[in-house]
Amino acid sequence: MEQLPCIYRPNNIRSFYWTKCSLLVLRFPALIKSNNGQCVSLKMEVKGWAGVLLCSTSGPMAHSVRRDAPELPDFSLLKRLARDQLIYLLEQLPGRKDLFIEADLMSPLDRIANVTTLKQHDVDKLYKVEYKPIVSTSDQLCFLIRPRIKTVKWICDVVNADKAFGRFRKYKIIFSPQKFYACENLLEEQGIFGDVTTDEWSFYLLPLDDDIISLELPEFFRDNFLEGDQRWVRTAGSALHLLHSVYGPFSKLYGIGRCSKMAYESWREQVEEGEQRARQAEIGNVFLIDRDVDLVTPLCSQVVYEGLVDDIFRIKCGCVEFGPDVTSSDKSIKVMLNSQDKVFNEIRNEHFSQVFGFLSQKARNLQTAYDKRSGMDIKQMKTFVSEELKGLKQEHRLLSLHIGASESMMKRKTKQDFQELLKTEHSLLEGFEIRECISYIEEHINRQVSMVESMRLLCLLSLTENGLLPKDYRSLKAQFLQSYGIDHLLTFSNLKQLGLLVEQQPGETLTVMESRVGKLVNDKTAGKLTDAFSSLAKKSNFRALGRRLNLVPKSDEEYDLRVPRDMAYIFSGAYIPLSCKLIEQVLERDGWTGLEEVTRMLNGHEFAVTAGSNGSDARVKTDSQRIILVMFLGGCTFSEISALRFLGREKGLKFIVVTTAITNSARLLESMLDNHA
Amino acid sequence: WRARCREYDAIWDAATLKESKRAVNSIRSLVEEEDEEDDVEKVSWSGEPVGSISWSVKETASSIRSTGEVRDQSFPKINTAPSLPKNSSGYSLSSLFKAFGETSIRNYAPELRKPKSEYKVRYVYSLEKFRSLQDKLLLLDEAVNAHDGNVITAVLIYLKKSLSKENLFRELITREIALRHYIHFLKEIEEQKLLVELFKSLDRTEDMALMQYRDHLNIRDENKRRDFLKSCLSLPFSPDDATHVQDHYTLLERQIIIESSGQADIFKKYPRKASILNMPIITTLYYSCFYHYGESDGTYSSPANIRKTFRISDKQFLLTCLGARAKLKAWFDVDALFTTKNWLGYTKKRSPIGFHRIVDILQKNNAPVQVLQEYVNLVEDAEQKISLAQKYKCHDVIINTYRDLKDRQQLIVYRGKVERGSSEYRKIEEILSNSVR
Repeated sequence: MEQLPCIYRPNNIRSFYWTKCSLLVLRFPALIKSNNGQCVSLKMEVKGWAGVLLCSTSGPMAHSVRRDAPELPDFSLLKRLARDQLIYLLEQLPGRKDLFIEADLMSPLDRIANVTTLKQHDVDKLYKVEYKPIVSTSDQLCFLIRPRIKTVKWICDVVNADKAFGRFRKYKIIFSPQKFYACENLLEEQGIFGDVTTDEWSFYLLPLDDDIISLELPEFFRDNFLEGDQRWVRTAGSALHLLHSVYGPFSKLYGIGRCSKMAYESWREQVEEGEQRARQAEIGNVFLIDRDVDLVTPLCSQVVYEGLVDDIFRIKCGCVEFGPDVTSSDKSIKVMLNSQDKVFNEIRNEHFSQVFGFLSQKARNLQTAYDKRSGMDIKQMKTFVSEELKGLKQEHRLLSLHIGASESMMKRKTKQDFQELLKTEHSLLEGFEIRECISYIEEHINRQVSMVESMRLLCLLSLTENGLLPKDYRSLKAQFLQSYGIDHLLTFSNLKQLGLLVEQQPGETLTVMESRVGKLVNDKTAGKLTDAFSSLAKKSNFRALGRRLNLVPKSDEEYDLRVPRDMAYIFSGAYIPLSCKLIEQVLERDGWTGLEEVTRMLNGHEFAVTAGSNGSDARVKTDSQRIILVMFLGGCTFSEISALRFLGREKGLKFIVVTTAITNSARLLESMLDNHA
Repeated sequence: WRARCREYDAIWDAATLKESKRAVNSIRSLVEEEDEEDDVEKVSWSGEPVGSISWSVKETASSIRSTGEVRDQSFPKINTAPSLPKNSSGYSLSSLFKAFGETSIRNYAPELRKPKSEYKVRYVYSLEKFRSLQDKLLLLDEAVNAHDGNVITAVLIYLKKSLSKENLFRELITREIALRHYIHFLKEIEEQKLLVELFKSLDRTEDMALMQYRDHLNIRDENKRRDFLKSCLSLPFSPDDATHVQDHYTLLERQIIIESSGQADIFKKYPRKASILNMPIITTLYYSCFYHYGESDGTYSSPANIRKTFRISDKQFLLTCLGARAKLKAWFDVDALFTTKNWLGYTKKRSPIGFHRIVDILQKNNAPVQVLQEYVNLVEDAEQKISLAQKYKCHDVIINTYRDLKDRQQLIVYRGKVERGSSEYRKIEEILSNSVR
């Protein structure tokens, strides 16, 4: 060894990379965090020699890293921005005031500010918006809400009730992340425009973790894809613009889907309107993808730890509530699940079958660490208590929590015959023994087992088979309505509209299409042709796509989940998520060339653009070029994030996932329900 | 999936989990014993704190990096919709849309911390300038081309106020994107009547019917709800949906009758957890099998009547009935469900679903071994039969199966598993001594 420096600050690791040495083994005396709080764990390639750089805590489990993955930008800045802006807005209404917060804004607010922050800015009492008459005695009311008609209506009622009562107060509505004209119009119609001042809190982006940023807009999916309302397109563009302003400039953008294209346009316009500032980019590339490009993936059962926890306990805004069955006590606790939790960080991306072994190994290590005490004298004991005990205790706490969670999840999954369910899912993905799958689904419905699960299986069947045979559709629909309620007629209509659950239309041949298109062409009003086509072309083409992109590995091959060979590991080796495969392919090809057949089957709307007219200089291999921001319009699942993390490790890239919300099969399908008043 | 099966087995490897749990629990006592002060609060569960140190490190890091060359930052425009023929309207539309839109966010500057509206110049545009139909439509098409749903809806609100609905509807027929925004807006502000008219003029009668049907959800009183559903029967549903809505009406009508009938003693013994009103058909059937079993076919509340009225399949009927009778531990009724007599008078057990599923359902309802055994015996596949028998400890079935298979070796193995001297043990002994090698 030529040079062996004792301590390197994580920021210097890049320069370290260039030092000429054959093998480097470094041990940091204590946990060293890089500036974004992430533990550094890299393997380096130096002149063909793979030198290993070790940190005092372990990195991800046994995954090789081909190149030193670049560091992620510091997204805590976004939180600071949001907080400062909120404070500024609160100061616009000086004096003591009561604050009403919309239920789904509470958790995001919690992540960036606390009660003290609010109290410091003259907020007296905090209330949740509950659509009931209010009890506040304050003479200033502030409402922090999403721009929804229902909520504004309620505020109108509150103000008008005050008026009728002869009560005078000051009102302020803060819309987040933006206001809509329809809301203001309602204020006008209700005769309180002017009595109420309105403002916008541009809280577009909430960092949930080092590499996950959420817009926390679950309604995006339904509004955009089911209702066809583009109200959130500009929001998505603005969110992207904010990231561009702070972490850009981006040099290359790829995308697929109608909404992605529109969001790109909105972003581009905002960039053009703004002023340019030359600065070193932290994020170089961006990939935009519409959720409806791949609806199969979010409908599959999640078997990667984090995804499974989300499916079973529902992670809300990066936080999960574990009940008494997990904590083995009589209370529930709320736990933040992110990279700060060292135990969780190591198992989150692992297939569930691998987690037990890992946890028990950890438990054994912990025991050994504790056992050290037995031979200690007083002085050694003192050092042990002051230096190690705290860390051990915390680890112990985390470990028992995740063991408890695993145990509880296993119990629940055994109860619902998880294995048989997975077998059916995999058969559907593979297109194997479809009749058996149908009778499994039928029995699932007949036994009135979970409604959402039945619906999920039906949708998977439809998506993978390009629709159900009319005979099957009619019979399964009838049985579903018998088991779960006839008002699900409305749900079926929604599922059909979105293309999630459709009937095969052997009769709908060219003639129907031609007559529709013909009519539209005669109208000579532009912009409608594409819609006519897309509403007819709701075929998912899953089989053909699967073959073309090799999404479903042959089932007779062994798949070693301990050493995953591709992204299929997130579904037990049965399926590579289409969304992530597209990202991989486009990055590899630096565009859509060679994927023409694929994009045709996905209804087109793909793009790849580079800054400036000559895109060659964008190839400069700076770190920012290896940081890819993937924006999911309509939500993404934890399994997809795990798959991208895997891809990143394989390719020496870092992915940052920006999503309108974290989703899973239950959330996605529940947004389609219409059977409640 | 067979190859993957092995991996699933790993999931169910509870042993490792138990072990780790034990390990952790053994430490728990130590931890608690050493817990002089509760430092749980000090553990930060929240998001990463924004330390000034990490901040300054970041600043330093970015200043170290080379500033890099300034590239041409303009991006190409992507055509997202076919462009409109440019029209000769005198108004500058693009400036109008700026009024709805936002100007940019500045880079890194303190202004960023202020809301955008604070430093944005607000134009007050009056849409009232657009008076001719041509101008209005141009305004709408331009809004659609800007892809901003907020702007599209804003224009639609203006058109709704300033155009007769006939005129607006007619223009919306050919503008799908605008139309969908309009429908969504009307849904949100709950202008049901106008929506009905819109669907009618669009000839989307099925959508109209479903939307009107949806209104039943807002009616609490069951009699009013039933009457409303009756009025829905004449709506132009698709043929299939019409049948379902008819069923819905019939169902509620029946439920109202069933709700107020039944023998008192069974209700006393098994008090109802909830009312049967507005429950699905299958739940109603289950209820009927539970509380009204054995009533004559003519009664509305009898299982047979419900089965016939709602065309419930044999399979579905059996599953539901089995569940209800097993819950009541009415094993005789369970037995009768499967028994068929042929013309010679012999009885035979038949089932539209595999007997292994039946065993499963019975077991979940805590059926005793004697009952389970009978159904395990009816499983055709020998391998499956044995594995089920082993799972539920039906010794007789296992022993008899091995005897019939003449599998001496397996019998000897099994003898080792049962209690010495028990009846099972003696039975195996007897078979082994009787059989000739």
